[in-house]
Amino acid sequence: MSPYVPSGELVERAATGETAAIGRLISRAEANMAEARGALAEIYLRAGRSHVIGITGVPGSGKSTLVASLTAKLRRKGSKVGVIAVDPSSPYSGGAILGDRIRMSDLVMDPGVYIRSMATHGSVGGLAHATLSAIDILDFAGFDTIIVETVGVGQDEVEIAKASHTTIVVSAPGLGDEIQAIKAGMLEIADIHVVSKCDRSDANKTLVDIKQMLTLDAATSRLPAWRTPVVGLSSYTGDGYPELVEEIEKHRAFASGVKPSAAREASIASFRLQKTAETLLMDRFATSSARFRKSITERLQKRESDPYSLANELLTLSLG
Amino acid sequence: MLTRPIRVLLAKVGLDGHDRGIRVVARTLRDAGMDVIYSGLHRTPEEVVTAAIQEDVDVLGVSLLSGVQLTVFPKIFRLLDSKGANDMIVVAGGVMPDEDVLELRKMGVKEVMLQDTPPDMIVATLTRLVSERGER
Repeated sequence: MSPYVPSGELVERAATGETAAIGRLISRAEANMAEARGALAEIYLRAGRSHVIGITGVPGSGKSTLVASLTAKLRRKGSKVGVIAVDPSSPYSGGAILGDRIRMSDLVMDPGVYIRSMATHGSVGGLAHATLSAIDILDFAGFDTIIVETVGVGQDEVEIAKASHTTIVVSAPGLGDEIQAIKAGMLEIADIHVVSKCDRSDANKTLVDIKQMLTLDAATSRLPAWRTPVVGLSSYTGDGYPELVEEIEKHRAFASGVKPSAAREASIASFRLQKTAETLLMDRFATSSARFRKSITERLQKRESDPYSLANELLTLSLG
Repeated sequence: MLTRPIRVLLAKVGLDGHDRGIRVVARTLRDAGMDVIYSGLHRTPEEVVTAAIQEDVDVLGVSLLSGVQLTVFPKIFRLLDSKGANDMIVVAGGVMPDEDVLELRKMGVKEVMLQDTPPDMIVATLTRLVSERGER
């Protein structure tokens, strides 16, 4: 792909499933290149067929391993699978080591699987800013199922639930008691709960804690009539995977059954609009505020005024 | 210069299990602000090239301490060509004889960084190569 290939041409090549074209479009979305905007807009208009599965959980809970095993299972059912794996960028250098692929090395040679690693580059919700565009591109390129693995998250990074059709929250044994399980945040967003590493002897306790939380908490699911299942599995022995695939299919059928599906699509669209507007606003603000920043920062540092007033002043000066 | 982080795939190919060096390089590039994907050990040229294209990396860096460079790199270039990815910058690292370095350069390996290359030099080399190639 020697000199610069226009994005419009890449769109047609990606439509036929050409790997290099898909990869390049995702890179251009990630770089936020103006030249690619039209192409990405066209892709958005022509996408919208895929089932998006979000997988989130604390670091080390086994997300990448689960993604690898789940992808292999879905492939056996004939589904083409795209994987987007997000890992953190360094808060200091901005660089990143993207290591999720290592767990997925058995899948690399399968032409029905596409794996892309992404760094967060300063995003804080568990996704990278270009994750949503990457979902569109893989969807457009004919992947039936797209699995998005978030960074290892804490308790409050719940953006994935707003971007996926089925959200799976992975918990591992030995990381907290039943009080952790009744806190607000991450555990609430699950459409399916998974407890990984169930070959360990303390896994039952975690299963019980999560099930108990759910019995008290029937109202949290976004699909009121959906009974959130808790699946115990072990990537080591393979136990629990058939059940997980079954629950994903049930959730997909349930969600697309009647009205709630439209509600989910509407909430995904609304989130998309919000995120894109935020990006545009932040870019515009970054450019137009640059020349005022130094002096206003100095005044804040000298305590000539308070943060709220000075931030307001900066906004007025920059955005009018 | 690019307005985004440089993307690099670092790969170990074949039976070579020595990964201390490549991990140090990964850290160094990360600390220089690059996005670094590490392949893990014992990959085949096919796996490495497929991963590099899916990830659309600017630079594919292959570390070899097992002496198979003249077998591995021709395969890598053939595969990159056949998949329409001949704009990828390929570099090599590790321990190898000087005459092999010349061969590799002839094949299209942009830079060969041997065991005594200072980390800063690796960063500077990759930055220069990507900036010479430009946005794509």
